[in-house]
Amino acid sequence: MLADADRIFTNLYGFKPWGITHAISRGDWVDTRTLMAIGQDAIIAAIKESGLRGRGGAGFPTGMKWSFMPKEPKPDRPNFLVVNADESEPGSCKDREIIRHEPHKLIEGALLAGFAMRARAAYIYIRGEYVREAQILFAAVEEAYHKGFLGKNACGTGYEFDVFVHRGAGAYICGEETAMLESLEGKKGQPRLKPPFPAGAGLYGCPTTVNNVESIAVVPTILRRGANWFSAIGRPNNVGTKLFQISGHVNRPCVVEEAMGIPFRTLIEDHCGGVRGGWDNLLAVIPGGSSVPLVPAEQIMDAPMDFDGLKELKSGLGTAAVIVMDKSTDIVKAIARLSYFYKHESCGQCTPCREGTGWMWRVMERLVTGDAAPHEIDLLLEVTTQVEGHTICALGDAAAWPIQGLIRHFRPEIERRIARRRGFVQVPEALPQAAE
Amino acid sequence: MTSNFANFTWTDANAAEAQRIIARYPKGREHSAIMPLLWLAQYQMREQTGVAWLPLPVIEYVAAQIGMPKIRALEVATFYTMYNLKPIGRFHVQVCGTTPCWLRGSDEVFRACADRGLKKGETTADGLFTLSEVECLGACANAPMVQVNDDNYEDLTYETMLTILDELIAGRTPKPGSQIGRTASCPEGGPTTLKEMA
Repeated sequence: MLADADRIFTNLYGFKPWGITHAISRGDWVDTRTLMAIGQDAIIAAIKESGLRGRGGAGFPTGMKWSFMPKEPKPDRPNFLVVNADESEPGSCKDREIIRHEPHKLIEGALLAGFAMRARAAYIYIRGEYVREAQILFAAVEEAYHKGFLGKNACGTGYEFDVFVHRGAGAYICGEETAMLESLEGKKGQPRLKPPFPAGAGLYGCPTTVNNVESIAVVPTILRRGANWFSAIGRPNNVGTKLFQISGHVNRPCVVEEAMGIPFRTLIEDHCGGVRGGWDNLLAVIPGGSSVPLVPAEQIMDAPMDFDGLKELKSGLGTAAVIVMDKSTDIVKAIARLSYFYKHESCGQCTPCREGTGWMWRVMERLVTGDAAPHEIDLLLEVTTQVEGHTICALGDAAAWPIQGLIRHFRPEIERRIARRRGFVQVPEALPQAAE
Repeated sequence: MTSNFANFTWTDANAAEAQRIIARYPKGREHSAIMPLLWLAQYQMREQTGVAWLPLPVIEYVAAQIGMPKIRALEVATFYTMYNLKPIGRFHVQVCGTTPCWLRGSDEVFRACADRGLKKGETTADGLFTLSEVECLGACANAPMVQVNDDNYEDLTYETMLTILDELIAGRTPKPGSQIGRTASCPEGGPTTLKEMA
């Protein structure tokens, strides 16, 4: 188990108050000025050296992302940092804990990251449903201004930096970085075509970096304790600590900070009291939030929970939102519900996604009952590949992958349902029903 | 209905708040304020009428303040699901039905709602409740859950959901958060890490 001394989020559950006095006693905002004194490029170098990979799902190296920002922004085109707090991926509930219990780690991180990338300000975009969390965040930002940690002379360094909070209003798609920028500009949250990438032309056409809450909130601790401390935890290319969020059929669901690469079995045994009904009762796991393909029990049990370990299983770490399903689960229905989610959240901009998510969901609903023709399984698979990779943003991919994972691992179950249905119910032979 | 709200104006407090909101964005980028201003208007509607929603004249009023064409403001108001474009009940009961909650028994939460006369997508005749099935609200480690107006109720069962509805019917406010006494997303029974913090 990760030693308590190596945990970043010491107030993860909010046993202690979130306010600035308590935050300072936990080590936040202590000598931030000294951290900044090493200089902007040295901060970027330290984050690169730490091996931190983005915690929002894609796992892109954070320090490298920052280095794409212009080193000398023009006065009429300032750099911006946008913090993605639009946590909406089914299974994910970690940024919420940071915001409501450790907001000052996020705000201090925003200053340090913003300073390093020469940003003039940070906008924290928080999902609309996090009402109480947003209230805390507004109040925490206010506290930081009062202490002089933000503003014209942030932490007495002479650097001018502002942090603003912006609330969303119920649109999953705004978690996509360019949709978030559109939304911040006061528009519908529909993703932009890339290029240009945000580092070239982002918010208001200015250079912008979008980072996840957790990626930013770990920055102050990495700078304080050193890149080597962080990179020594975990496995090469998969380093540091990570907030895991375990939901579904475990005895005690929770959010917990652990070392990257912790074996699935250890994670569940040490922190969740095991799988409901014992390990023989485990059916499958969605290890990284709804967008990643499920992994059957026997493959995940001893797998390392990190980017590369789960990629090897044709899945992904995503946001480390671990959805556990035992053998009582109607696995087809579990995935069909996710298909409904993507249909609901498609922004409607690209035809393959707008039409495809609905089409795939309707077929999935028929597969739940077995009211389908056997060849429709391959047809569905074929359609997922026509949606995947053919849309502006990754929502199309995210809608396709769970279905592909289901068919890859549970095809016999789907075929069994179709056969059973056909055995009991008279259906016209070889007359495939339209998905609509 | 529309004409009833043609005279909508900010309260003094909200007029000041609107100025603070607009100041968060660079000069010339006032359109960025449309979302927070729509929020502010919806909250003011709730305060003044008991119902959190945005009639068209209110949306137009907000648009005018930041020089945004009405149709652009309406485009925003219709795109985001949390702006209510028709009146809803005093309590918006938003039950999460996405897979993590479904695995832990969101069907039972819906059953409790049904047994108190709530129907999905509808407002009760007394105007007290509107029931919606919502997509993942980001409290998956405390599933199943419901959001009622601004507060979450988590770790629900059929029985605790009934209790929450009955409390609301009786005019009381049930205690938000975990309904089985957990602290946030800490494992039930106590933390496995950082025990000295507890």
